[in-house]
Amino acid sequence: MKRVVAKVIVTPKPVVNDPQGLTVKQGLATLGFREVEDVRVGKYIEVSLDAENMSEARERVEAMCRQLLANHVIEDFRFEIDHEGRDTRR
Amino acid sequence: MKFGVVVFPGTWSDRDCGWVIDQVVGAELQYLWHKDTDLKGCDCVILPGGFAYGDYLRTGAIARFAPLMEEIGEFADRGGLVWGICNGFQILCEAGLLPGALIRNASLEFRCEWTNLVVERTDLAYTSEILIEAWRIHSRPIAAEASKKRSPQEEGQQLVARVFDVHTHLYMRYMCI
Repeated sequence: MKRVVAKVIVTPKPVVNDPQGLTVKQGLATLGFREVEDVRVGKYIEVSLDAENMSEARERVEAMCRQLLANHVIEDFRFEIDHEGRDTRR
Repeated sequence: MKFGVVVFPGTWSDRDCGWVIDQVVGAELQYLWHKDTDLKGCDCVILPGGFAYGDYLRTGAIARFAPLMEEIGEFADRGGLVWGICNGFQILCEAGLLPGALIRNASLEFRCEWTNLVVERTDLAYTSEILIEAWRIHSRPIAAEASKKRSPQEEGQQLVARVFDVHTHLYMRYMCI
């Protein structure tokens, strides 16, 4: 078993209005960052897990996203998995 | 009629609901702890407002794992009366007992105001027997994809009341059951 870290990013779907993002965009404009075209606010979640291999890790993290980490009605998710390089086998 | 009021860690309007049932309606009241595994013979279960489990991850996302929620799901499947208020409504969405999801309102402001409701269905227990006096709007429920997949008939049945804005004369769709 290897310890890996899944870096999950959850974002509001493009069709979903994101008033948080709009408010941040207005704040940036107030600070003079007028080149800002759009801001979307989402969530970043790190999940450390043990898996036999990367394919198993991807499958498990995908299931976690579908069942809990993201709400599929209003949110999209994507993730990447990094090796932590630690062998957890005793 | 016996009413159950569900209490999660972070629920705060359980005592308000309890006071209305006990002191105003004069019905039998039973508080139900989220770790309970039975509904103690309640005929109607109310999920009050608050911030169950600190609204961690998403509002209602964690509360749906409470042992009592499984009972409430089965109770609803059998035709039992379940009433979600505010955070309770959000929990019912996350638990899959109601379709759709909730997003933040456009103003990002807490809005508490008198509003006009147009009741679309008067054949339900709540709308035929209970006078709705006030409707507090925290956030805007959206139908999103879940409702798009539903037939107009199904969607029509889900629509219990609509909020009517007297200033703009616009209806805002409100789905709940």
